[in-house]
Order: sequence, then C-alpha cells, then structure tokens
Amino acid sequence: MATLTPTLTVKQPKRRGGGTGDIPHYPGGGGGGGRGDESPDYGERLRRCRLGLAVGIAPIVMLFVAFSSAYLVRQGLASWDLRTNSYINDWAPVRLPVLLLVINTCFLLISSVTMEFARRQAARLAALAPVTAMPGIADDEPSGFPWLGLTVVLGLAFLVGQVLAWRQMEAHGFFLSSNPSSSFFYLLTGMHALHLLGGVVALLYASVTFWMNRPPESRHIVIDVTAWYWHFMALLWLYIFALLEIAH
Amino acid sequence: MTQSQGPAGAAPATVHGHAPTGFIRKYIFSLDHKVIGIQYYFLALSAVCVGMILSLAMRIHMVWPDASIPFFGAIKPEQYLTLMTMHGTIMVFFVLTTAPQSGFGNYFLPIQIGAPDMAFPTLNMLSFWTTFLSFAVMISAFFVAGGAPLSGWTNYPTLSAIPLAGPGEGLGEDLWLISIALFCVASMMGALNFITTTLDLRAKGMTLMRMPLTCWSWFITAILGLLAFGVLLAGGILLLMDRNLGTSFFVPGGLVVSGVPVQHSGGSPLLWQHLFWFFGHPEVYIAILPGMGVASQLLSTFSRKPIFGYKAMVYAMMSIGILGFMVWGHHMFMSGMSPYSAFAFSFMTMAIGVPSAIKTFNWLGTMWKGKIRFTVPMLFAIGFVSLFVSGGLSGPFLAQPAIDIPLHDTYFVVAHFHLIMGVAAIFGIFAATYYWFPKMYGRMMNDTLGKIHFVITFIGAYCIFMPMHYLGMAGNPRRYSQFTEVKYLAPLLPIHKFITYAAIITVSAQLIFLFNFFWSMKKGKKAAQNPWEATTLEWTTATPPPHDNFGGVTPVVYHGPYEYSVPGADKDYIMQTDPAPVPAH
Repeated sequence: MATLTPTLTVKQPKRRGGGTGDIPHYPGGGGGGGRGDESPDYGERLRRCRLGLAVGIAPIVMLFVAFSSAYLVRQGLASWDLRTNSYINDWAPVRLPVLLLVINTCFLLISSVTMEFARRQAARLAALAPVTAMPGIADDEPSGFPWLGLTVVLGLAFLVGQVLAWRQMEAHGFFLSSNPSSSFFYLLTGMHALHLLGGVVALLYASVTFWMNRPPESRHIVIDVTAWYWHFMALLWLYIFALLEIAH
Repeated sequence: MTQSQGPAGAAPATVHGHAPTGFIRKYIFSLDHKVIGIQYYFLALSAVCVGMILSLAMRIHMVWPDASIPFFGAIKPEQYLTLMTMHGTIMVFFVLTTAPQSGFGNYFLPIQIGAPDMAFPTLNMLSFWTTFLSFAVMISAFFVAGGAPLSGWTNYPTLSAIPLAGPGEGLGEDLWLISIALFCVASMMGALNFITTTLDLRAKGMTLMRMPLTCWSWFITAILGLLAFGVLLAGGILLLMDRNLGTSFFVPGGLVVSGVPVQHSGGSPLLWQHLFWFFGHPEVYIAILPGMGVASQLLSTFSRKPIFGYKAMVYAMMSIGILGFMVWGHHMFMSGMSPYSAFAFSFMTMAIGVPSAIKTFNWLGTMWKGKIRFTVPMLFAIGFVSLFVSGGLSGPFLAQPAIDIPLHDTYFVVAHFHLIMGVAAIFGIFAATYYWFPKMYGRMMNDTLGKIHFVITFIGAYCIFMPMHYLGMAGNPRRYSQFTEVKYLAPLLPIHKFITYAAIITVSAQLIFLFNFFWSMKKGKKAAQNPWEATTLEWTTATPPPHDNFGGVTPVVYHGPYEYSVPGADKDYIMQTDPAPVPAH
C-alpha cells in the first residue's frame, strides 16, 4: 500500500552544487585526490568560499535592482501635488561630471586587471607553498610585482575620484536633496563606493596576513574571493554609470 | 597536484577544531551551529513573550477601553498604535523569521545533511549577534523620547517619513528602521550560510533528493530570504534618507503635518509599498515554509509511512517560493492600481493555491491508513495542517480584488494572516520544539503537560481567530484603538469580548509550555538516542551531539529520509545510514 521512495545504490555524491557556473574553476586547486573526510583541504575551502561569494553577490544584486527600479519609477512617475492640485513630475536631469567619471572608470577597470594578476600571483605562491616549505629548498622571498598593493592604490584612487565627482556635483548646485535625480546619483554612487570600500578592506586584510605569516593557501583564498568580488564591483560600476548616463 | 600537508594547511577555524572550553567561546561567542541555533531560539522566545504581552494589552484595551492595565496604564489611542506596530514587527521578524529558520535550521540543517558545522561558522556567529543587536535596537525604541513608532509593521510613508506625524515618529521610527536594516543584513548573511552549507557540505550519499524535507524547506527559505531582504534594505535606506537627509523618494509635495508645511515634493508613497511588499510577501513564506518542512517530517515519522509524494513536496515548495515573488501587488489592490495589473496579481495569487493544495493532499495522504502515533509533536504537526488549511482558505477570497476591496483593512485580513502565518507557523515551532527537545537536551518533555498545552492552544487559536472573519465581514476595521462608541460596531462587542477571553486563556496556557520546557531541561525523563524511531541523521549521533556532530565519524547515507514500514525489513524504519539494501518487495 505504502508508496516507497526508490532506494538507489550509493552514488558518488554531488559535491559541486549547482548554479555557480559563473565563477570558473581554478585549474590548480581542488582537483586533487586528497579530499579527506576530516578537515577540508585547501581546494575544498577555496571552492566553498567561492560558492559563498557567488551566493553572497545575489543580495547585493537585489539591493541595486531595487534601487534601479525605484530610480526608474521615481523618474517616470508624476505624483499628486497638493499645492497645485495637479500631477507634477519634478525630475530635473543632473549634469554628470562625465570626464571625471570616465577617468574613475578607467582606474577601476585597470584595478580589475591588476587584481586579476594579484589573484594569479597568489594562486602560484599557494601552489608552490609545499615545495618552498621543504627545508632544503631555498626560501627566496617572493619578490614578485606588488600587484595587490597596486590594486589597493587604484581602488583608493577610484574612491577619491568619486569624492571629487561629488564635489563637482555640489559645485554645479546638485546636492543630495536638490532633486530626486541628484539624490539617486549620490545614493547609487555612494552605495557602490561603500561596497568597494569593503573590497579594499579585504585586500588590506590580505596584505596584513602576508606579514602575519599566515599560510599562503589561506591568503590565496582571501585574495581569490576578493578578486571575484572586485570584478563584480567593476561590472556593477559600469552598470550604474550606464544607468545614470542613459536614463538621467 | 600536491596538497599541502604541513601545519601550513591546517584546518581553518571552520569546522573541526577542538571544542572550545572557555565559557565565553562556548556559550556566548560560540562558532558551534548548535549553540547558535539555541541562541536564536531563546532570542525568539524572549521576543514572543514581549509580542504576546503587547497583544494582550491591545485585546484588553479594545473591550475595556478605560481599564488601567498593569505596566501600560490606561492606553491612549496613539499608544495602541504603538503596541500594534511593535507587536507586528517583533512577531514577524524576531519570532516567525528567527525561530523556525535561524533557530531550528541552524541546529539541525548541518546535522541532518551530515555536516560537522555550517560552511562559515564565523559568519554564522556574526549573523546571530547582528540579529541580537537589531532586537536590542528595536526594543530600545520603547524607551526613547516619543516612544516606539506607530506606523504599523508595514511602515507606510508618509506617516513613517515625517517625524512630526506622530509621537513615535521621531527617534523611535529611526531606531525601527535601523533595527530592520540590521535584521536584513543578518538575515542575508544567515541565508548565504544556509545555501552554501546545503550545496557544499552534504555527507557522502546525501543527494539532494535524499535530504529530509526540513532541509529542503530551510534551503528554499534561505533563497527567499537572500533575494527578499535586499529589497527591504533598499527601501529602508531610502526611507532613512527621506527622514534625515531631506530627499523626496516617498513624500509628495504640499503636505502640511501638525500645522507645519513639509519641505519634500514629488515623492511617491506607493513606491515604498512596492518595495516593502516585494519583500513582504516572500516574508510570509519565509515564516511558513520551515513549518511545512517540519510538518512533513513529523507526519511521516509518526504515521510510520513514507511521505506521500516526496518529489511533489519539493517541487511544491519551490513553486510556492517562485510564485511568492510575483504576487506582492495583492497587498495593494486599494492603491488604485490598474485593473489589469490587479488581475495579473490576482491570478498569480490564486495559482499559489495549487502547490499549497498539493502539499495538503500529500500530508493527508501520508496519514491515510498510517499507524499513527499521537505524540505531542505529532499533534502539533496535525494542528499545523489544520490551521494551514483554515487560514489558507480565506486566501483565495482576499486574492480577488472585488472581494478584497470591501474586506481590506478589516478583521477578515487579521484572521487570515494570523491563522496561516502566525499561528500555523507557531504550531510548526511547537512541533519542532517537542520533537527535537530530546536531541537538544537529552531529555523528553512531559507528555501530559504537552497534551494539555496542545488542546488549549489549538482550541484557543480557533476561538481567537475564527470569529474575526465575522467581524471583518461586518465591516469592523483593523488598527482602530476602540469601537465601543461606534454605533454599527456596538453589536459586535460580545464577539470582541469572547476573543479577548479566549486570548487571555490561550496566552496563559503558554505558561504550561514554558514550565514544561525549563522543567524538562533539568528534570525530564532521560531520552533514548532515537526516542521517536526516526530515520534521519540527527538520531544516529550522541545526545546532545558532540562538537563536530558525529564524533569524528563522517556519516554515509544509503537511503531516503522516509523509509518507514518497508515490507520485508526487520524493523518498521530504516535509518538513512543503514548500509543494508532495502528488501525486494
């Protein structure tokens, strides 16, 4: 009488999870055989953190989707004004400091490239770690190019540039509360800057771990995850810039 | 590829390390998902006490408007609105979202999928303490100048956007918004953890379609939370800016509030409603889905039968989750929306009836001809189904604009959402508490007290909320502090009195539960390892489970979660970890 759920022979469990294909798999890590049952090895931790990041990007996307829809609705919507007893639309397009924003965009895009180099550098160091940890092997300090530091500098340059852009807006008379269009300009750029600042803090943390003599694998995980986050932030900025420029 | 072997590759703080020994690391800032789950549970328990006291004060004020209530005094109309706002907010966020998902989910998701802990234990701790901070900020709103806000848990502008609009709309409202923003962040961190854990930490053999339905419900709820809370956060940020930075997202022009002209112009209060309900409707499912998971688990276990239609249950939960994002407009039929949009929202809302009915039929099908064991958790699971049906049936009424418009903002709506989202979800929490208590504390809760608690609560809940349907149809508006003086409502006063008496009795009966809970923790009958003869992984490990859940062993899963009364098996249940194949039949 009872329906039974079919019982299968044990299959190799699916450990990869679905829906995270947007982050390519790092070719060196995780593929190894030592996927023990006990402490998760480095490849497994890396994959788990990347999965966590991919999931974590979803609410950030939702936050900006909500802001964008509010932006478009508020822009197109005439609302009832009690003073004039009529529908009015008070949206006045802002004049963006386009040149400055383009320069900032260049900073951010270049930082995305340097971030990628930093990520690969960290991956290489992590992959070599077992070798360099051997007593006989010369432990020559990896004096590679400071890609990480360069990324932090470029990221900060972008943030400073955004502050300058706000100053320029104010100089043109567009304050936060002047008009809904300028409110949204400050809101979108500000929220993006705040998120990027989080990325800078993560990179600074990664740099600090370098001095704290943390294992290169852990360092690599921090840098790797932050790198994907950083690329996402660059994409997000392109989207925001396009939104502000096209639908202003 | 060589993997690092030395200390350099040592395990992170994530999972395994040794159990912490200090009191603070063990019980306060713990990384252990079981401790964090219990912390969430107790947070919700404190919140539900506050929320219930507020509702009692409201009920008493409603029928005896001049009565002086201990601690509250004689309630003024604006104070009534404050009570109502805080009751709704505390119950929705800090009870219905916190206990079933963050509480039980934290404790049992990793164990049921055979993981040693959550994927990111530190993040887990952070999300609990952020929730705690959020609760503290929310409660502090009671004690600031002007008191707590009075704009309802839906917090519509313009009332919520202008500090002069009411006594609690100054600092209290800002604290409310900050608290909710913190709650959003905490919930998103928690959801991230749940999803990653489910996808990445399942034990060998635990395929997705072998997960207990509880795990499916926590997983789907986490996805809803991940997507919904970001939108509420966006709305909250915009509203905070309107209030404090002079922007005009939500406030239209030309308002004069308390005799003072408002400086904003051109904003749209409806924009808030869209943002809020885009979160608000999925939130309803965030509250109820874990209850559905628990009900499925318990009905199967105590009917000694496999769940009827496992896959249908999973797909039904998924479609409820997806549809839940497409129906927010049904909260706004009164907003003057186009009848075409209203039709679309109405249609999608009715469509949710289909997966809900699938679930109900499957629950009944599971019990059909089962060898039912009427234990206390089973009673509460059956109660859940009953309340889910009773509360759900008024849904299709309210989903139709033509019926919703006269019923909007009446007690009919109050009855609907309290039955389905409030009491049904609470019954899910009770069922889960009675069911998992032996695993959490190693002792059984008292059976007799549990049954008394069930009978009073079950009958009491119906006595409170069923008559509200009639009040609503008679046109009794909600959110009004008193109507004893209103002519057309005066004949309804006996019903209100009846509800208040029922509420006092039902709330008092919860003391039985509290006593049972704390007494059993110390003095209850010692529980066997698997007292309910259930099949899932939490019953294979010691009680209470060790720090890494399985004491250094990694479980391997061979069966689905509901192998009860398998013909030819020597017991009437087969553990998920039992390597023996199911006998041919």
